[in-house]
Amino acid sequence: MSTETQSGSEISGDDSLEAAHETNRRIRRLFFACAAVTVVTTVAIFLVLFDNAASYFFGARISEVLLAGEAVERTVGFVEFFTGTRWAPDHSTPAHGVLPIVWGTLAITIGAGLVSIPIGTATALYLSEYASTGTRNRLKPILEVLAGIPTIVYGYFAVSFVTPVLVDGIATYLVNPVGRGLDSVSHLAPGLLEPVATWMMGVGVGRYSMLAGIIVVGTMTIPMVSSISEDAMQAVPDELRNGAYALGATKYQVSIRIVLPAAVSGIFASYILALSRAIGETMAVTLAAGFNATLTANPFDEIMTMTAYLVSMARGTSAVGTVEYQSLFAVGLLLFLMTLAMNLLNDRLKRRFQEEYR
Amino acid sequence: MSTKRETDFLADVDLSREKLLNRLFYGTLVVASLFGLVMLILLLADVLWESVQAMTTFDIDLVQFLTSTSSSRAERAGFGASILASLWLMALTAVLAFFIAVGCAIYLVEFAPENRVTRLIEANLANLAGVPSIVYGLLVLALIVNDAGLGSVILAGAIALALLIVPIIIVAAIESIRAVPSSVRDGSYAMGATKWQTIRRVVLPQAMPGILTGTILALARAIGETAPLIMVGTMLHATRYPSGPLSSFSAMPTQIYNWTYQADRMFNGLAALGIVVLLVFLIVLYALAGYLRRRYETDGGSISNV
Repeated sequence: MSTETQSGSEISGDDSLEAAHETNRRIRRLFFACAAVTVVTTVAIFLVLFDNAASYFFGARISEVLLAGEAVERTVGFVEFFTGTRWAPDHSTPAHGVLPIVWGTLAITIGAGLVSIPIGTATALYLSEYASTGTRNRLKPILEVLAGIPTIVYGYFAVSFVTPVLVDGIATYLVNPVGRGLDSVSHLAPGLLEPVATWMMGVGVGRYSMLAGIIVVGTMTIPMVSSISEDAMQAVPDELRNGAYALGATKYQVSIRIVLPAAVSGIFASYILALSRAIGETMAVTLAAGFNATLTANPFDEIMTMTAYLVSMARGTSAVGTVEYQSLFAVGLLLFLMTLAMNLLNDRLKRRFQEEYR
Repeated sequence: MSTKRETDFLADVDLSREKLLNRLFYGTLVVASLFGLVMLILLLADVLWESVQAMTTFDIDLVQFLTSTSSSRAERAGFGASILASLWLMALTAVLAFFIAVGCAIYLVEFAPENRVTRLIEANLANLAGVPSIVYGLLVLALIVNDAGLGSVILAGAIALALLIVPIIIVAAIESIRAVPSSVRDGSYAMGATKWQTIRRVVLPQAMPGILTGTILALARAIGETAPLIMVGTMLHATRYPSGPLSSFSAMPTQIYNWTYQADRMFNGLAALGIVVLLVFLIVLYALAGYLRRRYETDGGSISNV
């Protein structure tokens, strides 16, 4: 009896109720702090990249200027940075034109898109419109494994298989169709297509090439296109398909004229995501495409992407305060801004496609 | 009369052409769908083939490979120190990322009011998930390795990986917390429980399998990440066993990168073997996640048990 009144008073007692509220408030604040960490991360990324990149352009970090009042002297001009065509900050005669490595990144991104977008879209159409449920349930997870494999493994694959077999092999075939299989092009007998090959390839294929990078990055981004596009196609209501069939449309016509246009914003969102991944891709392009910052359209040439530059600089562990160290952040900031723009676009498209059929 | 009208009706449709078009289209789709599959098989076959080749041509002792430290001489190089470093990284990353991610997910599902701040947090999450991993490496390099003077140690690598996978865990946690039916929460409130008691004793236990599955999948992503660790500044060769969170290191993927990068064929073979070890780790993690998910699904159907 006495315990009952005791517990009864505890439940309704103002003190304990107040204590419970207080606990709830504290918990709420704690969890809000956790959520705030994610926003702080974004802000920190931007500030740190910006602050360090400032020292690349202005000779001192913004925080140093504000705190210690250090003298500001320009080191790298914006004009040189954005229009120069030679990138060699670590060279004895340094050059700071970022265009070659931006071009390298764009070449890989566009090339990878040319691989993954058609193949991914076709795969999504097959999975969504043609495949039986059983096939889809088996094929889709297998393709998603492609996205789950570490990119370093793709880099290895490029070095040990794609370059020697596909790239070198194709080049060999171009020079000498009767072919010496997998030998390097440089020591080959002249063949029928030699003029074409030499025009396209210059001195021949080395250990690194743009094409190898394109093939592996394209392959690893296929599931991003196929999975998300397939989701978008699945979201197209069956009424639309049935209406078209009732009018006598064939499956091909339904796929191309009904499903594709109806799912277009979701499909585009998947393209943007795949391209954004390709921009930030690091290990595969480093190992496949190499470290030679050149402006070239030849797919058999060695190039350097922005991420590959970051890796090559970090490997040398350049000392803090040197121009090489600062250039990491200028390039990193540019990379971050490029992917940020893509992400915002992707977010907008995704929202539109989700709202379409609710 | 009626037959005439029917032939008129179909006169402008060339059926054989339509059929051919359909068949060609179908064939194209099938071939395209097989491309990814073929590349996957080629990739796995290549890695296995190269590692078997390496073991036979260079006579690599598997036990020695798995237990010893790396070396600048290929005959002596092993993977043990890298495996241990990766295990350290995973443990630290899991601890750092898990609580922040789950806390954020609980806030967003259970507490967050519908206002601008909440929308900002949600939009920011989508954006964070798209930041290239190498940028997280740059952030930690500048802020923690150099400005805070921590140096290129395992803890710094773990911080970079944790920042990278927090958004992934948050998304998984939000999904599984949302999946807990509101009737269960209402039941708890009806018994007089406070919000925190409801979350801790009712919502979290039910959502936990889903959250853990998401965490394991995120760790699987982290264990294969190379770029942020290279930015943080790993050793070229894992020549020492790491003794704790504050020792320098080269994890599995960075060691594989360094071996792949070498011109020496034997190093390339070691890289293939290293990849096989890394893939085994991944398969174990995916299997664990799959097991959890299956168990959760069979249990999840019987919410009436609660």
